[in-house]
Amino acid sequence: MTDSTQSYSAAAEVGQLRERRTRWQIIKIELAKAPYSAWFGLIVIAFYLFVALFAPLLAPHGEAEIFSQSFAPWGGEHVFGTDQIGRDIFSRLIFGARNTMGIALATTLMSFTIGGGLGLVAAISGGWTDQLLSRAVDVLMAIPGLIFALMLLTIFGSSILSLIMIIAVLDSTRVFRLTRSVAVSVVVMDYVEAAKLRGEKLPWIMRREILPNIMPPLIAEFGLRFSFVFLTIAALSFLGLGIQPPTADWGSMVRDNASMIQFAKYDLTAALTPMIPAGAIALLTVAVNFVVDWFLHKTSGLNDEH
Amino acid sequence: MSTKRGKKGDVLLEMKDVKVDGFSDERWHKIIKGIDITLHRGEVMGLIGESGAGKSTLGLAAMGFTKPGCKITSGSIIFDGQDLVLASDEEKRALWGTRIAYVAQSAAASFNPAHRLLDQTVEASLNQGLQPRAAAEADARDLYGQLQLPDPENIGDRYPHQVSGGQLQRMMTAMAMSPRPDLIIFDEPTTALDVTTQVEVLVAMREIVEKFNTAALYITHDLAVVAQMADVIKVLRYGNEVEEAETRQMLESPKEDYTKSLWSVRALEKTESPSDDVVLSIDNVDAAYGGGVKVLHDVSIRIPRGRTVAVVGESGSGKSTTARVITGLLPPMTGSVQFNGEPLPAALKDRTKDQLQRIQMIYQSADTAMNPRQTIAETIGRPLEFYHGLTGKAKQERILELLEMIELDQSFYDRFPNELSGGQKQRVCIARALAADPEIIICDEVTSALDQIVQEGILKLLLRLQKDYNITYLFITHDIAVVQAISDEIVVMYQGAVVEQGGKNEIMSPPYPDYTQLLLNSVPDMDPDWLTNLVEARG
Repeated sequence: MTDSTQSYSAAAEVGQLRERRTRWQIIKIELAKAPYSAWFGLIVIAFYLFVALFAPLLAPHGEAEIFSQSFAPWGGEHVFGTDQIGRDIFSRLIFGARNTMGIALATTLMSFTIGGGLGLVAAISGGWTDQLLSRAVDVLMAIPGLIFALMLLTIFGSSILSLIMIIAVLDSTRVFRLTRSVAVSVVVMDYVEAAKLRGEKLPWIMRREILPNIMPPLIAEFGLRFSFVFLTIAALSFLGLGIQPPTADWGSMVRDNASMIQFAKYDLTAALTPMIPAGAIALLTVAVNFVVDWFLHKTSGLNDEH
Repeated sequence: MSTKRGKKGDVLLEMKDVKVDGFSDERWHKIIKGIDITLHRGEVMGLIGESGAGKSTLGLAAMGFTKPGCKITSGSIIFDGQDLVLASDEEKRALWGTRIAYVAQSAAASFNPAHRLLDQTVEASLNQGLQPRAAAEADARDLYGQLQLPDPENIGDRYPHQVSGGQLQRMMTAMAMSPRPDLIIFDEPTTALDVTTQVEVLVAMREIVEKFNTAALYITHDLAVVAQMADVIKVLRYGNEVEEAETRQMLESPKEDYTKSLWSVRALEKTESPSDDVVLSIDNVDAAYGGGVKVLHDVSIRIPRGRTVAVVGESGSGKSTTARVITGLLPPMTGSVQFNGEPLPAALKDRTKDQLQRIQMIYQSADTAMNPRQTIAETIGRPLEFYHGLTGKAKQERILELLEMIELDQSFYDRFPNELSGGQKQRVCIARALAADPEIIICDEVTSALDQIVQEGILKLLLRLQKDYNITYLFITHDIAVVQAISDEIVVMYQGAVVEQGGKNEIMSPPYPDYTQLLLNSVPDMDPDWLTNLVEARG
């Protein structure tokens, strides 16, 4: 070992001494150092996930079960009352977590598959492929998103599948731009050239050489995009073009019960009913943002501790 | 200006028992472990040592400054009667830039690309109200002239990207000089430059420092350079002082073993052994990037089997482009590449796996040549799996064998690149090339980012591997000492064309073509009079 006996290197010294921690240990250490906002976000997300996963067990009534009394007040059998056709609001909130979040998650995953994949291809190939894809994205982004989505939904109909596909495609433009721009700086690295010289095929270079090096910004973007998709779906449902009844969904629940706000002077709780699904949407968005902020701060190398 | 200036010989900077700690990986490490420096007015002190020796940290500490995450823990730094350790930020700010200036390694990264050079040159003088703008600008133009910059009247109107690297480095010296500081800290100012440019910058810096009686700390790892610049040399290692002596005395009779080992690197030399068995040849190649200006003109090179052909020339001479033509990354416009007597497809995608496997490449910067998210085992293991289909136990054994070949032990197996030193990383890159079982390895400036001692280790390793496995090297470099150490044949390139090709002894002995002459005598010797003699000889 001529090298290590003759020359000193701080990196090598640290390398020798560093405890080899398992991934789980690292996560535990990072969590212990996380700020309160991140903890808050993580707990809220965990709670939402729990509710979404065990919705049928948690909900007191069925998703579309109709009771005789419509617009029932809070309390008694129906914790948050019933809606205009007599469905239990509390149960629909619980099922709504599952539907709204599930669809948003599927849409975000889809948009990352499309946008991320094409972004990597554009970054690696360069030249005409890159030009063609990038300009196509420019065109798509030039059209106002929500209006374009409304138009496409009117053409293809508001099924859940078309909802997911349309929002995923429209949203993938932003993922494409991000992926391409971070991948471009990795593509020029010598190790990517080394892989090309070795004769590696495109998928291998994408998956093994580039993707691991651009994960942090992509994960953060995933959180943010999830929030936006979630809000877009809620907005579309509020407009009546999103998730269709009888499927429970927070956006359409706000719309269905919106008129109850007018009764605030007679029954405050009735006026609060449409606020609950709206609040659920807001809370999740804030929670995801807190976690993303913390994650970005950790991975961007910003260190303001000393 | 002359009122604040004492006469030559007064003590300007006195650092006593300075210690600096740095915070990383959740704990404090000692970077400087108690060093004294006494610097007189007009004196130039060279600080040398390998990377990690604490040279730059010490240089910054001389200004009373530490990088974020570092702190001066004890000692005193007296600059012209004022203790910089105790001085407030405001007091230090008044000194920095005007009485103490700093010249960084990378000039390109140190200039603001959005401002003209002249405005940046006079900024420090104006901020402190030392001179009116017109006078400062006139003075800056005068400095440009003294630093041998072309068109000194107008060059200041250009932006940083409009001048070359060597010019930018001189520009930074002008910027440092503008307020006529008492002390300049040069932090590896010529490391990023070609040998031919380096000479110009060194001459300019030395003259101007002498003329204004400025004291300087000159930080470098290049002994021959420090021999030209410094009156006194201090050798550092692990944050400790090894020894300090006058330049001549240090060069003639270094006391410590460590200093002697630094000196010995340049003694490495390979005896030339000619061969006629050509493994790879390039015939009459012309090449251009994107159909634009031609960067290679009628280049023909033949590479004998089991030997080392060194390609030398300054940057922009087409050395790396030649490598790209051989590897297929840049298909030539005309001409061909023959491998074992058979023509090689021009483009990378037309080559077979077998052809790819036989030509491997090692890069200048091992940092960017290794994927930071792959362990050493994955890095070395991939070619084994890809070319030879090795998996599981067989692959693991071969990886350990390769680690042994590059003189690293098993503990490196599952480490990541950021846990390795520069020399160790370059060794792993060598192992990755070896894993493919190549006939020829293209080495693109593989030692130029490394310290002398580490460099020696890598060169010895390459020579041993060549002897053991009969590997052929195409060795691209601008360092003549490295050429001496490793090559059998030399190709001299200039502006995209081959100036000369032949055996090492033939090329290295006169008569030389003009360009070879310039290249050879731009390489600093370990003789402190070398630069003076060179300037006289060149007139």
